Amino acid sequence: MPPRGVTTLMGASDLDALSVEARAVRARATAWDRMRTNWSVRLGGAALAVLLVVALAAPWLGTVDPTLFDAASRDLRPGEAGEITTLDGETLKHTFLMGSDSFGRDIYSRVIYGTRISLLVGVASALVAAAFGILLGLSAGYLRRLDGPLMRVMDGVMAIPAILLAIALVGLWKASLFTVVVAIAIPEIPRVTRLVRSLVLTIREEPYVEAAVALGTPVPKIMFGHILPNTIAPLLVQGTFICAAAILVEAILSFLGVGLPPDIPTWGNIMAEGRVQFIAYPHNVFFPGIFLAVTVLAVNILGDGLRDTLDPRMARRL
Amino acid sequence: MWAFLARRVAATIPVLFVVAVLVFLMLRLTPGDPAAILAGDAATGDQIAKIRASLGLDRPLVVQFGIWFANLLAGDLGESFFYKMKVATLIGQRLEPTLALATLTIVVAIAVAVPLGVAAAWRFGGWLDRALMGFSVLGFSVPVFVLAYILIYVVSLKLGWLPVQGYQRLGDGIGPFLRHLVLPAITLSVVYIALIARVTRASVLEALGEDYIRTARAKGLPEIRVLVRHALANAAVPIATVIGIGVALLIGGVVVTESVYAIPGLGRLTVDAVLARDFPTVQGVILFFSFAYVLVNLLVDLSYVLFDPRIRY
Repeated sequence: MPPRGVTTLMGASDLDALSVEARAVRARATAWDRMRTNWSVRLGGAALAVLLVVALAAPWLGTVDPTLFDAASRDLRPGEAGEITTLDGETLKHTFLMGSDSFGRDIYSRVIYGTRISLLVGVASALVAAAFGILLGLSAGYLRRLDGPLMRVMDGVMAIPAILLAIALVGLWKASLFTVVVAIAIPEIPRVTRLVRSLVLTIREEPYVEAAVALGTPVPKIMFGHILPNTIAPLLVQGTFICAAAILVEAILSFLGVGLPPDIPTWGNIMAEGRVQFIAYPHNVFFPGIFLAVTVLAVNILGDGLRDTLDPRMARRL
Repeated sequence: MWAFLARRVAATIPVLFVVAVLVFLMLRLTPGDPAAILAGDAATGDQIAKIRASLGLDRPLVVQFGIWFANLLAGDLGESFFYKMKVATLIGQRLEPTLALATLTIVVAIAVAVPLGVAAAWRFGGWLDRALMGFSVLGFSVPVFVLAYILIYVVSLKLGWLPVQGYQRLGDGIGPFLRHLVLPAITLSVVYIALIARVTRASVLEALGEDYIRTARAKGLPEIRVLVRHALANAAVPIATVIGIGVALLIGGVVVTESVYAIPGLGRLTVDAVLARDFPTVQGVILFFSFAYVLVNLLVDLSYVLFDPRIRY
């Protein structure tokens, strides 16, 4: 594995005292430097930062409560003005920037608030998948006897197409944020397990692991203290792509009607409700769709950039 | 070579078995009583007890699995609660539209992606190469149903070239059959094209760097022959692999595409069955798709022998 860069500051005179290898390590750009200057990471990262701000600042971006509706303001075109009734019974004048749906709800507000759910589900699913994948991958890679049966089970889970599995799981359990996150994470676990396992198999042969074993270090400490830190880079790349896939799958689940309950505004939900009138009022479907595409695109671009900077060997594959 | 083939076929058996176990466990592991879930919200205690007995849910788990698995091997996938017919029959009825869509999509995807990938690798760094990489990222990111609505809006509503939704059987004439399938196939193939083109480009690029390409060109062979007979042939194994793996994406995409374009296939059946809590059908469809996926990948693995005579293990 590439050595981690040295980040302490040293004076010019100190450099002479270093050996040839140490000087080479100091001069090479660290992974962090490569990440900062990579075009894809910057673009994707910037886009995601904007989306994060939008998600956090939702109440202050000219939105109303996304669940409010007004029968007088149904099916307005984007940009039209209308009224909206608040929970207290007041009627406010409101410009529907992205139009309104068949209940009279403001699409703009629903889309903005939907950003929260999508980002939340994306990150949560990636974290859950990564956590279980790391545990299983470390076990399979380091503990020989678990390897065979564990990988057979992973092959089995991978044989079931991810969306089908997610649909079935959400359909069997009650639809809630927790079940959706778990249902999306489960099909992604085998891939992470495979990745971690193959990394562990390589790292296991490194001299420092042999030294740790010789010193009598307990197995969990070897797994989590020595092997795991060296798997972080590829895991980060994989996690980013899982996040992108998770956002997509959540939207698909909601669109098909097997995702989050309809009172929570997610982009998939908005599209599901709007699809009935697509021919007459396409704005119901297009606005959330654009946000969805842009978000997933940003995460994918970020992932590509991270992969190119953190592991040039991976960049040559796929 | 036959040992290799036999070994590959034998290797799929454990995977299929694990899939069967997982599908079986999915219903049994839901929180709450499976019999109560199957009976529905309005059932009485007696009705639930009757269902439990009839489905053998009061027997030990292993016995249940044994019975279910034995039925499975005999081709009996159970009976659908919602449609009141055997699940196997139901799947048979809905198979044609899905198969037609999937086949058309695969054909279109390979026909478009492989030449594009080869061309991009040939003119490495050129405009086609960069356009392809850009398109490829877009293809992964724009969701299938968003693309579907964009295509419907532009092609069907504004231009009126193709019908918006629906499916016509092949037996009713090939014209309407194709016209209704063109948009769904294009929508579904975009992701597949992005994937295949990317891998084709990478694989052919690697092959073009080899010495035998230089020899072939030095011999004076036409460039087309060099690209196809020498570069592509040696690059074929990873491409075939990704085509196999992509079928999983295809199956997922089929579910959404059929939903948008109102095609009465297996994808729609899955969604309808889940919404109706029709578990035997859900189980049956998942088993069917998983087995199909494993089968396709097995065929891909077996095809390696055709592409690379060196593979003999």
